[in-house]
Amino acid sequence: MEIVAIFQSVWTIVVMVIFLTIVVWAYSRKRKPEFDEAARLPLDDDDSIETTVKEKHHV
Amino acid sequence: MVETANVIAGQTYNYKVIRQFSIMAIIWGVIGMAVGVYIAAELTWPWLNNIFDVPYFTFGRLRPLHTNTVIFAFGGSALIGTSYYVVQRTCHVRLISDKLASFTFWGWQTVIVLAAITLPLGLTTTKEYAELEWPIDILITFVWVAYAIVFFGTIVKRKVSHIYVANWFYGAFIITIAMLHIFNNMAVPVSWWKSYSAYAGVQDAMVQWWYGHNAVGFFLTAGFLGMMYYFVPKQAQRPVYSYRLSIVHFWALIFTYIWAGPHHLHYTALPDWTQSLGMVMSLILLAPSWGGMINGIMTLSGAWEKLRSDPILRFMIVSVSFYGMSTFEGPMMAIKTVNALSHYTDWTIGHVHSGALGWVAMISMGSLYYLIPRLFGRTLYSLKLVEIHFWTATIGVVLYITAMWVSGIMQGLMWRAVNADGTLTYSFVESVQAMHPYYLTRWLGGVFFLAGMLIMAYNIFKTVTSSEVTKVNDAVVAPALAH
Repeated sequence: MEIVAIFQSVWTIVVMVIFLTIVVWAYSRKRKPEFDEAARLPLDDDDSIETTVKEKHHV
Repeated sequence: MVETANVIAGQTYNYKVIRQFSIMAIIWGVIGMAVGVYIAAELTWPWLNNIFDVPYFTFGRLRPLHTNTVIFAFGGSALIGTSYYVVQRTCHVRLISDKLASFTFWGWQTVIVLAAITLPLGLTTTKEYAELEWPIDILITFVWVAYAIVFFGTIVKRKVSHIYVANWFYGAFIITIAMLHIFNNMAVPVSWWKSYSAYAGVQDAMVQWWYGHNAVGFFLTAGFLGMMYYFVPKQAQRPVYSYRLSIVHFWALIFTYIWAGPHHLHYTALPDWTQSLGMVMSLILLAPSWGGMINGIMTLSGAWEKLRSDPILRFMIVSVSFYGMSTFEGPMMAIKTVNALSHYTDWTIGHVHSGALGWVAMISMGSLYYLIPRLFGRTLYSLKLVEIHFWTATIGVVLYITAMWVSGIMQGLMWRAVNADGTLTYSFVESVQAMHPYYLTRWLGGVFFLAGMLIMAYNIFKTVTSSEVTKVNDAVVAPALAH
């Protein structure tokens, strides 16, 4: 049981460190342009029905 | 158009299965909410329970039918349908298998029909939100595995290197529900329609509420957050407020939600430390929940005027506001001393419906109003009716939750009131009598909400049967190049 308790404590710390790493990673300045681009993913895809009429002939 | 040259020859997205799920979401929504209104009436006028002189339509039999229909039939169809749309359009690839996708549709509808037959018959495991008996549970497992294969298989095939955040939320919903469903429904069958849980006593209770609360966390939250992260930016035509916050939102939610279940078992035989852990983790949950809410609402930052003219966007933003309200209320109710007052009262029912009607249903309605015209290549029949639906639904939610707050707090206070000599001030039936006006108000709130849903059904019916057809924009387009 001692080993289980130690494992649980260590695991809690490990998970916490993983989470904090994710936060630091997500907020690092280097990643900003990449995420700004990712945020535009749905918007750069035109799913409107009006435009298809124009597009039809080009396929 | 810029994209024209990038249309991948001959390839289309699978819209058929999304159309099926979207239409069924609305039909099940009407049915599930109608059952809800009926059982609210049964609580208001108890003689309604015996009106047919059969057990099938009593509150006890119909209540699980209501919850299963609105959560799994209405919510589930909306979730699976929208997830197929989002995963295809953000990965720029058709679903990996049309046959499997079709199986998920017909399989899921079969599950719901079986639920609608077995629950009124009284065939139930008695586990809340997991009432269906073992043969249906096995069918659910097959359908869910097929769903996971279709969803993740499509992600594997994607033409864009980045996996958009909405897919992360949908993905977490799929994986977690698979895990919860299997472990909570472990049972020993004794006949075709009777089984006993594999767990006993307090372990059974803990497994059940580990399931129950994570069904709230991953079915009713993570999945619908996936909807929020795609459809709010699309309707507002603005990128999400902070993409980095969305990543932190995701992981924070994943790391904390799974621990919150014990707050359903405060002051029970569950060990005290487990209760306290559940309470603390529930309190921590406020941070990711509000991070997500702020992210959704602030997407409109700089374009607030759109709320004035666009009722679809209003549905979405108000739903996110209700998400914020109920995720504040939830942690507060998880505090043991607050729970001592609120538990087993109508306050809980009010809390659930502030989330279920205000958040889950309204984000689904907004997303379906966005989606269905695109799926059927027809413009929406009437924006005015969306506007009327919005106000009808909002009035319905507000009536419902305020009635339940008042009723719940009153119940809690009446139950705990003691006289100077230590005897109870009120008998139980006195608290039941006192609840009557609030039950009437709640029923009225439900009527409003159902009326809104019927308006939606009419609007959508007129939309999809309209003779003015535009071509459906379902051509697979190569992703836009990075600038």
